Amino acid sequence: MPFLELQNLQKTYPDGTRAVRGIDLQVDQGEFIVLLGPSGCGKTTTLRMIAGLEDPTDGQITLDNQNVTHLPPSQRDVGFVFQFYALYPHMTVQKNIAFPLENIGTSPTDIEAAIDRVARALSIETLLNQYPRQLSGGDQQRVSLARAMVRTPDIYLMDEPLGTLDAEHRLELRAFIRRQQLSLSITAIYVTHDQEEAMSLADRIVVMDGGKIRQIGSPSEIYNHPADLFVANFVGSPGMNLLTGQIVQREDGLSFTHRDTDIHIPIHANTAPARVILGMRPEFIRPANRGIPGKVILSEYLGSHGYAHIDTPIGELIMRSTDRLTIGEKIHLHLNETHIRLFDPDTGTSLT
Amino acid sequence: MKYLRWLVIIPYFCLATLPLCWLFLTSLKTQEAAISPTASLIPTTAENTAPGGLSFSATLDAYRKLATPHTGKAHAFFHYLFNSVIIGLLSTLASVVLGTGCAYGFSRFRIAGARDWLFFILSTRFLPPLAVVVPVLMMYRAFDLPNTHLGLILLYTAFNLSLAVWLMKGFIDEIPRAYEEAALVDGYSPLQAFYKIILPHSATGMAVTAVFCLISAWNEYGFALALNNAEAVTVPVYFAGLQGNIQGIPWPQIAAGVLIFVVPIVSFTVLVRNHLLRGVTFGTIKQ
Repeated sequence: MPFLELQNLQKTYPDGTRAVRGIDLQVDQGEFIVLLGPSGCGKTTTLRMIAGLEDPTDGQITLDNQNVTHLPPSQRDVGFVFQFYALYPHMTVQKNIAFPLENIGTSPTDIEAAIDRVARALSIETLLNQYPRQLSGGDQQRVSLARAMVRTPDIYLMDEPLGTLDAEHRLELRAFIRRQQLSLSITAIYVTHDQEEAMSLADRIVVMDGGKIRQIGSPSEIYNHPADLFVANFVGSPGMNLLTGQIVQREDGLSFTHRDTDIHIPIHANTAPARVILGMRPEFIRPANRGIPGKVILSEYLGSHGYAHIDTPIGELIMRSTDRLTIGEKIHLHLNETHIRLFDPDTGTSLT
Repeated sequence: MKYLRWLVIIPYFCLATLPLCWLFLTSLKTQEAAISPTASLIPTTAENTAPGGLSFSATLDAYRKLATPHTGKAHAFFHYLFNSVIIGLLSTLASVVLGTGCAYGFSRFRIAGARDWLFFILSTRFLPPLAVVVPVLMMYRAFDLPNTHLGLILLYTAFNLSLAVWLMKGFIDEIPRAYEEAALVDGYSPLQAFYKIILPHSATGMAVTAVFCLISAWNEYGFALALNNAEAVTVPVYFAGLQGNIQGIPWPQIAAGVLIFVVPIVSFTVLVRNHLLRGVTFGTIKQ
């Protein structure tokens, strides 16, 4: 029995917008799930339905063996972290953090101990007597995390909590969130559009688009075996290289080719000759002595590595490289054949 | 720019306070000095001053007389002031409480035809209030409401409610929903969230609304006159009634009474002025 189960969950807003179009998801106790997708994909609406802030149009939500589909948020025992903090402006930091404990009959000494513990963990002890408007964005989000984590709810729900923070705070709080979640083994659902954040946090990633789930899987499954073209392109920065062409039968086996060229890439997959889209991650492309000829048209240097955009007869390819290539340089490329992914050009689904 | 500002403020200040100064001077005069054809401007403590001079003998008689019923009147001034206070405060309280509740509903819940309802609420102010004096009087007679405090409280509440709803809706609309949602997921019921989150943030709006409602109820004359002749007579009606007095119009007493009458409303406004001026203090949610 999964800890949290969404069955055919749907939400249509009164203006007719179909934000979520039938979601099925099973989450185990203690799992860290990230809902990943572009804005407007329905991930936040899904999260808000789990919290009880939106009433589902159809479908069912089961949490800890209880049907909570239409229960108000106060009867669900969730800890919610908002993107824009939503700290109570008329209360001090201390009062904000105490707020979730005050109406469940926690004794003042226990409240003080709980605030002390969570404030120390988030290093906000010195801010307790200040008001939210006196704090920086990063500190406000710390307080917001403290408010959600001062209890031990059934489930943490986080709506892009790090989206508005600068890079330094983002990395620090990201690590904190994961440590806290692991140490308490509290189930967490985390919404983001940042695929790097998703990869680093998640036990499993749920990729969403257009109100539907595109793929559910571990970060490595999502990255290495994208279920369709959307996932291939959305996950990874830059996304997968995608080349349109066809698979043809040759003497030495199947190979991928582009209509106007005589370049052939051997295919080892169990597939039939057809029109396909070939996908290849930038890190599996290497410069070689012979192979696909190309010309460097753009070179991005990022410190530990870089990306080079190469114009080739079969299309533009992005290659990860540790050397700095100069624009205009002529090179040959080798594609690592074991990492070739094939997609159906009509449906976009993976063939491998 | 700095001097230009004073150029506007000083003349306006004089214009605004001149009638009050005149009231104050008149309240210190005797009836004879008050109706003297020449203006005496300087109060002195001298016993006898020449009539028609610039100075006059100041006396607090007018204030003392307010404590005793005036000739032909059943009660002293303070009785009518008390009526005004009771009616003004209770109708203001009712308008603000009902208006806030109503505005919260319109602001936060989906109500069928909400826009039409809001227009209807506003439209109750389209008609000049005095146009409905006769029907209101007839209705009130059926319920024995004329001549009661309750009658005026109900009436002023009814008239001020539309203003209260519209003002409060504007203020509550400005409060981000995320605050309530945070309270809901923190384990509070919607009613608790309203009480703990919305109300503290509405304080500014409630203060503004209360000032407007109180001023309108405090100064209302037409209905107070039409609906009352004995019990719930308010200060404006009382003063107007003094004008037919057989001993002439008692200007010093009216002046003294009016000064006392403006004190509550001025002090109320001063009390809530921080709220009036503070404006929007909740800016911690970036939208």
